[in-house]
Amino acid sequence: MKVSYFPGCTLNTTGKGFDNAVRAAAAAVGLELVELPEWNCCGATFPLIVDNMLELAAPAHVLVAVRDECEGSIVTTACTTCYNVLKRTNVFMRGHEEERERINAFIEAEYDGEVEVKDIVHLLRDDVGFDAVQQKVQEPLQGLKVASYYGCMVLRPPDEVAYDDPDHPQSLDDLMAALGATPVDFPHKNECCGAYLAVKAPDVTREMVYTILRSAQAAGAEAIVTNCPLCQFNLDKQQAEIRKSRAGYQSVPVFYFSQLMGLALGLDASDYGWERHYIDARPLLRDKGFWNGTADD
Amino acid sequence: MRVRLSAESLHNELVHRIEEYSGQDLMACYQCGKCAAGCPVAFAMDMLPSQVIRYAQLGLVDKLLDSKTIWLCAACQTCYTRCPKGIDLSRIMEALREIVMYEEGSHMNYDAISPEELMEWPQQAFIGGFRKYTV
Amino acid sequence: MTEASDNSNRVLVVGAGIAGMQAALDIANSGYEVVLVDRWPSIGGHMHQLSETFPTLDCAQCILTPRTVDVGRHENIKLRVYSEIEEISGEMGDFWVRIRRKPAYVNWDVCTACGACTEKCPTVIPVEFDRDLELAKTMRSGKVRYAGTGKAIYTLSPQAVPKKPVIDIDYCTYFQKGACRLCEKVCPVGAIDYEQEPAWFEERVGAIILATGYELYPLENLGEYGGGRVPDVIDALAMERLLSASGPTSGIMRRPSDGQEPKEVVWIQCAGSRDPELAMPYCSKICCMYSAKQAMLYKHKVHDGQAYVFYIDIRSAGKRYEEFVQRAMEEDRVLYVRGKVSKVFRENGKVMVWAVDTLTGLPVEVAADLVVISPAMIPSEGTRQMAELLGLRVDEFGWWVETDGNLAPLETGRPGVFLAGAGTGPKDIPEAVSQGSGAAGKVLSLFSRWGGVETPD
Repeated sequence: MKVSYFPGCTLNTTGKGFDNAVRAAAAAVGLELVELPEWNCCGATFPLIVDNMLELAAPAHVLVAVRDECEGSIVTTACTTCYNVLKRTNVFMRGHEEERERINAFIEAEYDGEVEVKDIVHLLRDDVGFDAVQQKVQEPLQGLKVASYYGCMVLRPPDEVAYDDPDHPQSLDDLMAALGATPVDFPHKNECCGAYLAVKAPDVTREMVYTILRSAQAAGAEAIVTNCPLCQFNLDKQQAEIRKSRAGYQSVPVFYFSQLMGLALGLDASDYGWERHYIDARPLLRDKGFWNGTADD
Repeated sequence: MRVRLSAESLHNELVHRIEEYSGQDLMACYQCGKCAAGCPVAFAMDMLPSQVIRYAQLGLVDKLLDSKTIWLCAACQTCYTRCPKGIDLSRIMEALREIVMYEEGSHMNYDAISPEELMEWPQQAFIGGFRKYTV
Repeated sequence: MTEASDNSNRVLVVGAGIAGMQAALDIANSGYEVVLVDRWPSIGGHMHQLSETFPTLDCAQCILTPRTVDVGRHENIKLRVYSEIEEISGEMGDFWVRIRRKPAYVNWDVCTACGACTEKCPTVIPVEFDRDLELAKTMRSGKVRYAGTGKAIYTLSPQAVPKKPVIDIDYCTYFQKGACRLCEKVCPVGAIDYEQEPAWFEERVGAIILATGYELYPLENLGEYGGGRVPDVIDALAMERLLSASGPTSGIMRRPSDGQEPKEVVWIQCAGSRDPELAMPYCSKICCMYSAKQAMLYKHKVHDGQAYVFYIDIRSAGKRYEEFVQRAMEEDRVLYVRGKVSKVFRENGKVMVWAVDTLTGLPVEVAADLVVISPAMIPSEGTRQMAELLGLRVDEFGWWVETDGNLAPLETGRPGVFLAGAGTGPKDIPEAVSQGSGAAGKVLSLFSRWGGVETPD
């Protein structure tokens, strides 16, 4: 199966390791990702002022690029924030004729909502199939108790973006199960991590992250997995601050879903960005016997 | 000191602007508090998300423009997802931020971000921050 | 003409809840014949599941059983329970109805209601009457197993009328696996009949009263409140069963997951009501009252417990209703917190409840032992299908549409077909009973005009 691929600014730079894993893992399960030859940042947030057409121009431009420059009419991304922005933009443009014309005039294109925006985990679940993924697993992540953290962007608002139950999502958990890991359910898997608040109010983010991590650990998780690079960053980086303010706090590594996919599929995981983790994920992988990378052993 | 409520005070220009920018009907809110109950940042806010609407319903928008609350909204959409009246409170928060920034300019000092942070942090954090906190 | 007049002064009452029973009794006591149909194996409807009623705290079974017994033994009332209506045709004065009686797999003509079958049945199942509650049972091994509250062969309750059992073939070991047959062995009169087939009956009546009643909005649709998956989060009718002296715990306050006595119990109001965006836009009317009642009953049983009611408004408009709610607050010290609950989740054996107190502006949480949801009232299952059978209208929520909500609340668009009870919308027991009598009055006025001799107009 072949789809257009929108990496997004973060997976293209600070999150490049995650992106490497996405491309390799997708190829290994028969999902051909064709990167858009030219693309711009989606904007990272969906504009909430009703007539903020300008902020919609960027994601609209991406959708036009998908339609014009890439084969196929499906665009996927491995960053749930990009997914949210592109998807909500698409829904908006499909549903608002007058605004669509204004945006089209501004970006000098004629976009009528022809493109389908689908998150990569959705594709893996429904188009590739987790069973097919499981069949390709070479080194099952046996005994890895991992809590799947979904965050906000892939679940809300549900009628616009959700392909999973917004209160009790299971798609990432099921993917983890297909990879041989033991998914750990916990109640705050859809609670916001703070996102860009980290820039303005890191103390607040720290508390929000603590709520999530504490709950996951109380449920028995020894690792977290997520599919948004900003969530990954927040959950990872804030743990040092949490350790300072809460005695006895135990850190847990925070994986990107594609890293775990690559490992389980037996691929070379050496360029999956391990050195950028604040809580080094490799010791846990080594203990469990999953580490097969060559860098910095 | 009593707050004087009148037709004029309730329908003031700022209230109109909030409704216009956000596209939300402030009077649809019956103050159930479910938004505030589910808001992951409410613990850090000086007024609850539901109180933001209440002050606007009472025409007391100035109080909102001075609050910390509107800058702490992470647009996580939990309020909108759960609201029984379908009010998108995150849009109201953004409308209030816009109103403040039209007067006062950006609410974020990008010069204060160090080059190290720029290299270290995911781009989307900055882009999101710039989108929400700057004009 | 004789045939038409033989049947024109008979009425079909669909639904044997309190509204239906009231209508049936009023008409039967006037000397006319009533065919009373209900889907359940015994009559009494939802009121039969309640522990006590508001605002008097009367024992529900104590005030209901005189009615059910009257209905059960009335010479003018033909009971067709465990039955569904399959077809209706004809017109006022001459309706033809086909009724399908589901197989009970017990011969009720022979059964003496001795109870031996239920006692000996080895298969414990969750039963609809107890809202499919599963209670913790600590086995001899020390392990905890969750078992239902009834047996695969069961009567609805100790006060059931008729008190005859039915077999639930979805759980019965014989029907599922071909083994057991214990009930057959212990029945002293040989009433068990695994081969029993459904039976069909035809009735001809002159008028119809629809008293089809209500159901509760399913917890599965309330994802933020656990979606029906979180242990110790139950709905209001399940709480009635736990509170009821004839319920699965004999009225002793126990929580389903581990059988412990709950010390902190939360009621969540407006779950699915007043929610145009996500569920039902209307107010379900009775929940403010029954939650106050349940909180009081809980406190009467667990003196050192604390009850919390998370509400948006309190609606207590009936006679002595407001005083009742004030009593809950003052005498039983129930804490009313004005704020709709956003989320409940399980943590360390407790159910965490997250809300805000809008009156102080404080985010609050309770580590509850038990959470009771007050779900929206919705029309009972099958109402829409019944509407199609009759060519009648239901509104977008499935409630029966009255000819005029204000001035003709018991009439439908079809002559001879009347409405009573909660089938038209949320209402309490006094209203349902009044409507039952009202509909009976409508029918009796038809019958008196027809006189049994003239053909109906």
